[in-house]
Amino acid sequence: MAQAETFTFGIAALSRLMPLFLCLDAAGRITALGPTLAKLLPHNTLIGQKSGDLFDLKRPSRRADLAAIQAVASARLHLAFRSDPAITFRGLAMPLQGGGLMINLSFGIGVTEAVRRHGLTEADFAPTDLTVEMLYLAEAKSAVVGELRDLNLRLQGAKIAAEEQALTDTLTGLRNRRALDLALGELTRHGHTFGLMHIDLDFFKQVNDTLGHAAGDHVLRVVARILTAQTRSSDTVARVGGDEFVVILPEMSDTARLGQVARRIIENLTQPIYFEGQSCRISASIGATVSTFYPSPQADRMLSDADDALYASKRAGRGRAQFFTPPPDSLLSA
Amino acid sequence: MHGLINRSIQCFLRDTYGAAIWDHVAREARLGFDSFEPMLNYDPVLTEAVVQAASVILGRPRETLLEDLGTYLVSHQNLEPLRRLLRFGGVGFVDFLHSLEDLPERGRLALPDLDLPNLGMTEQGDGNFVISVSGLFPGIGHVIVGLLRAMADDYGALALLDHRGQSEEAEQVAVQLLDQRFAAGRRFDLAQAAV
Repeated sequence: MAQAETFTFGIAALSRLMPLFLCLDAAGRITALGPTLAKLLPHNTLIGQKSGDLFDLKRPSRRADLAAIQAVASARLHLAFRSDPAITFRGLAMPLQGGGLMINLSFGIGVTEAVRRHGLTEADFAPTDLTVEMLYLAEAKSAVVGELRDLNLRLQGAKIAAEEQALTDTLTGLRNRRALDLALGELTRHGHTFGLMHIDLDFFKQVNDTLGHAAGDHVLRVVARILTAQTRSSDTVARVGGDEFVVILPEMSDTARLGQVARRIIENLTQPIYFEGQSCRISASIGATVSTFYPSPQADRMLSDADDALYASKRAGRGRAQFFTPPPDSLLSA
Repeated sequence: MHGLINRSIQCFLRDTYGAAIWDHVAREARLGFDSFEPMLNYDPVLTEAVVQAASVILGRPRETLLEDLGTYLVSHQNLEPLRRLLRFGGVGFVDFLHSLEDLPERGRLALPDLDLPNLGMTEQGDGNFVISVSGLFPGIGHVIVGLLRAMADDYGALALLDHRGQSEEAEQVAVQLLDQRFAAGRRFDLAQAAV
């Protein structure tokens, strides 16, 4: 049996096979069009109308129009409605025997808009057309993305809440400012005796500036290890600023012993710290106070006094520890 | 079990019986948290614990509870997106029934790790269909009964649904379609209204 070379079927069959087809005569006038395309166009007379008045040819050439058969036949076409440029089409035009073109169109990326505005239904698409599946996917995707966005918002909220409740400094593993405040509050509320040291690293900024932040972070971690090693497990060691630390030592009101601890810390911190073969040299200045200096010890007051003593150490030439000097009258009333 | 499924059960209990009942179920089922995340996966043991706890607390048989869950999935306004996705299955109710076999694949198109029940459809003539349902959890066939009843309403079709019990590893659901165009049904526009 010979292979069929040409087919003949009526416009009704063509309309079902390709509901978005368009036939033009040699002059570019519309001679027939599919039912879905007709739905999208204004109701007034379409047959005989010039295709160039309705469609804007975007590719292959903006200068040509659909009547330029040589330019558009067999090429992948991109069109838009002149009256509604958001509705785009792509398609393929084939020359017809006896002149003119037949163009099979499908919607471009603006399909959702076209379907919404013109109330298209599944019946407006050829059964082979995957447009409905695409609409399904677009909706499924938006639903999933919506759920993921909600999940992200909830996780972000939980992260912020967790950070607010955290007691650990993430870089060094020491306690943080919040943990320090809780520990100080606990000691002062119950009237416990304790010593407090405010430690500030000397020359840390130079390490950061000359060797970089990675070196700086490494130094801070080593400092944390030294502070932990030089204190008791019942003491609280907190990082309260970039290179500032506070140590609380419960039941330590003996300034001589506290001074020893402070000197040992400084000695250890003055040893060179190595980072990627480079030696980083820092030191520390310490200001200290003890709860027995005060008739009614208060956290803020003690921190501020330790801070004053720290700056006195710095002024005296770094690498030193000094105690806050209480005014004589408060000593009497203690 | 996918969080979406657990979350649907949670929302069904919350929207139907109130937040206090859900909290009670979550405690009774010993979830250890107060809400399922729809985009995470959970041990199937938890799903089973929730279904059992809800049945006990509400004093309702598992079967009717699951059937109500199926109806809820299609008819509650909070789940309009799901109803729409199901309606993409077909132009009419019969079309929709035929699309049920593609349901797991359609689900995976949206979410690759989403496991939905396997549905097999046999057309027996005279508007009679048998759907075999397996997967997820025992009683899933009752969820499908509720869901199909609500979908028939949605399409405006008049159908009788019946759970025929278990055979060959699957629960059997019988559908008797009396009138495909019984009522107007609910509106379905292919493209979602712009928000």
